[in-house]
Amino acid sequence: MSSLQFPFDVLSRTGAAASLPAPAVILDQDRKPLTKKEVSADHPTWCPGCGDFSVLALYFKLIERRKIWHEKITTVAGIGCSSRFPYFVQAHGAHYIHGRALPFATGVSLSRPDLHVFVFGGDGDAFSIGGNHFVHAARKNVKLTYVVMDNQVYGLTKKQTSPTSPIGYKSKTDIWGAADRPLNPMKLAITAGATFVARTTATNPNHVLEMMEAAMDHDGFSFVECLSECVEFYEGAFDAANPRKGGKFELISKEHDVTDEYAAYKLADAPWPGQFGIFYKAAKPTKNQNEAKIISDHRAKVAGQADWQILQKSFDRMK
Amino acid sequence: MSAVVEPPAPSSPSQPRPPAKITEAVIRLAGNSQDGIQAIGGFLARLAGRSEQEVMTFMTIPSTISGGPSIFQVRVGSGEVLTSGDEADLLMAFYQHSYNDHLSSLKPGGIVIYDSDHVTELKPENLEKYRHIGVAISSLTVEAIGGTGRDKGKNVFALGLLAKMFDLNIPKLTRLLEERFASKDASVLTNAMNAFNAGYNYELATAAQLFQFQPGQNVGQAQVVMSGNEALAWGLIAAGVRFGAGYPITPWSDIMELLRRELPKYGGMFIQCEDEIASISMAIGGSYGGRVAVTGSSGPGISLKTEALGWAVMAEMPLIVVDVQRGGPSTGMPTNIEQSDLNIAVFGGHGDSPRVVVAPATVEDCFYTAIEAVNVARKFSVPVIILTDQGIATRIEAFRLPDLQKLVQDISPDLSAVADHRPYDLTAPNGVTRHLAPGTRVASGKYPVVTGLEHDELGHPTGSGKLHTAMTSKRRNKLRRLADKIPLPTVFGSDHGNVLLVSWGSSQGPVQEAVKYAQAEGISVSSVHIKYVNPLPNGLDAIFSRFTHVLVVELNDEGLYGFGGQMTALLRSRYCDPKIVGLTKSDGLTWKIREILERVHTLTTKA
Repeated sequence: MSSLQFPFDVLSRTGAAASLPAPAVILDQDRKPLTKKEVSADHPTWCPGCGDFSVLALYFKLIERRKIWHEKITTVAGIGCSSRFPYFVQAHGAHYIHGRALPFATGVSLSRPDLHVFVFGGDGDAFSIGGNHFVHAARKNVKLTYVVMDNQVYGLTKKQTSPTSPIGYKSKTDIWGAADRPLNPMKLAITAGATFVARTTATNPNHVLEMMEAAMDHDGFSFVECLSECVEFYEGAFDAANPRKGGKFELISKEHDVTDEYAAYKLADAPWPGQFGIFYKAAKPTKNQNEAKIISDHRAKVAGQADWQILQKSFDRMK
Repeated sequence: MSAVVEPPAPSSPSQPRPPAKITEAVIRLAGNSQDGIQAIGGFLARLAGRSEQEVMTFMTIPSTISGGPSIFQVRVGSGEVLTSGDEADLLMAFYQHSYNDHLSSLKPGGIVIYDSDHVTELKPENLEKYRHIGVAISSLTVEAIGGTGRDKGKNVFALGLLAKMFDLNIPKLTRLLEERFASKDASVLTNAMNAFNAGYNYELATAAQLFQFQPGQNVGQAQVVMSGNEALAWGLIAAGVRFGAGYPITPWSDIMELLRRELPKYGGMFIQCEDEIASISMAIGGSYGGRVAVTGSSGPGISLKTEALGWAVMAEMPLIVVDVQRGGPSTGMPTNIEQSDLNIAVFGGHGDSPRVVVAPATVEDCFYTAIEAVNVARKFSVPVIILTDQGIATRIEAFRLPDLQKLVQDISPDLSAVADHRPYDLTAPNGVTRHLAPGTRVASGKYPVVTGLEHDELGHPTGSGKLHTAMTSKRRNKLRRLADKIPLPTVFGSDHGNVLLVSWGSSQGPVQEAVKYAQAEGISVSSVHIKYVNPLPNGLDAIFSRFTHVLVVELNDEGLYGFGGQMTALLRSRYCDPKIVGLTKSDGLTWKIREILERVHTLTTKA
């Protein structure tokens, strides 16, 4: 049996950076909230006028307002225009593959409960290639916040039909107008078992911030659909929800019971452009809690034992 | 059965012959998958482990949901056991189909014990060739257990027969039975013991030869007995892996089941996902969280994972991917052995994406390879594929109890703050990426992004051809550094001669046994085993140059151009040496020694 000659030299974690002096420790209570400048990184690659700018600006605002530190934020995205998000945020982030941001983020959330995990993406990423993951992350109720910037078109690949494109929308792949019925993100999320389902639009910044903040505070899978106009390939898509363009931004009535799944579903049936706000919100065990419970039950049985001793017991049974 | 001392002929027919001393025996149990033959095979293997002997098993399971013919073969030896044996010394046939299909697996003069309740047609020509012992196993079991009319327990009755025949250690066997049924209702153990005793006390003595094993050579050595899949999973736990994700697929599922069950004891978890892509993605997310995580699958699942694997190569994220190979392509032969995933393991995916591929050779090696793979993944910040196969996954072996106190490692992430950090630092002295786990504060305020786009040193996207060239080289060069550390494998047998057999993965055992046979016959055959499939160790060419023929033994197809299988192609592309030729087969079964030697003869004597 040929084996490598271990041990290797000690794993130096940070390569060249390891030789630099360690930073002075600043206690959290002495830290100032991060400014927009401190939390922004690359200049966004989005087209001027893109709705995504608004979502990014409000994410910065959320971080500032809630005093979240750089290192406690993890921003994850898949592929698409909006999925370039992590590069624009000065924090730990991951730009993953198309449609799979949710399972990646689930891995982070479950293994690192100390972090705020935010996932950003578009409608193609969320509901087409990643549709199955959306359903299962919702059903498992993984603790993370998912903001889908829905522009109802594939923008990065330049104007193909998306799963939320309305019937009749003329794209390069449906030059006669889209024929497949669009899916309704609210209904999908509610039926899949998401425990926080909200809808907002990039043209109403205060509402976007309110929804993102409520999502962040929700313990479980929190989903926010944010209508975000693609000025290049679907201009005017959301005018009907924009009072400045003659539309109407209609909030969900205060009477709506957010814990009533059927009422939420019915609300999602409202004619275009529909209503905005929290459709559904329920306290249910999260995947994180369920796994933590399994772990604590098992750990109680092996209390005081080192890992090798626990393993030794299993090996002794295989003698 | 290798007899050491021929027993003296019995002085009179009524007197039982004294037991023959043997060094090893191959026992094949043939029945249906629900008969519990795997269970008694397992008892025999564990008994051998506790008796300081070596053991190796081989099993076939039908890919049907329930039932269907199944076999379990156990080879127990007082000396070194490298394979589960070409031919059996004893066949235990529970049904007519077991008898018909497996009689030819017996050595000439071998013994067949058949259940005379089910096996009713014996061919006269076979009666001369093999020793036949008919026992009404089913009805005797029903009688022993108390006449419930069901023959459940006939496997334990059969175990009793074998215990008598091979003079097995009864106290040790009884303890194994007790341990096995400890968690069940007391009546289960009582029934099992009744069946066992009925088998043991059955008047077999005058009808058959009795045998006695020479003492095992692994004296005073505590051994553990397990399957390759189990060894691999335990190895991952010992290595400090605490997070994983997977999707069920045969024959990988055992690993995820064990990890799911065991990891919580260590504060970890294993998540069953909606699909293969989610599994690898979740595991990569876990690795990004700061501690190398595991995913795994078999053939079709690996195909699905390749895009994500490419991301891990690009982002230089440590990760363990287990591929328990089975017959392919597509759904292929899910419960058969094949080594046809080498190409996808080494090359699978788009773009230039160097990753590490390592193939364990034995069950014991599965355990240690898992630890080594985790350390390579961390050290070189790279995905490592552990390429095992259906044969090694399901077979059981005994091996020396590992020194767990020494081996078990803690690989928790270090979250202490750093001054500055560039994960893809092109000037890093060892050329290897170091990731900061999220949660780590960077005083400079510049935070890294991990990405599948080509990137600069901080992980931000770039369209620069210069950077793409530099980063591509960086990802490749670190594997060259790994190759420098891989020891050159030693040649088994003479270090020069006519034929060199090259083995990889689970074919090491049969190849080395073939070398032993050949040497005993005075034929010049040696072998070398490759554990690191990618990168390959340096210096194999020097070994190859000392032999006239280099034959790569692998369980896959000879390929479009006929020179050999997937490892053959890899070695040819590395060394441009046309003398490297494949010795392949794709019948879904492990190598028989005879097959290898016949093929060596054919390949080295034609034109």
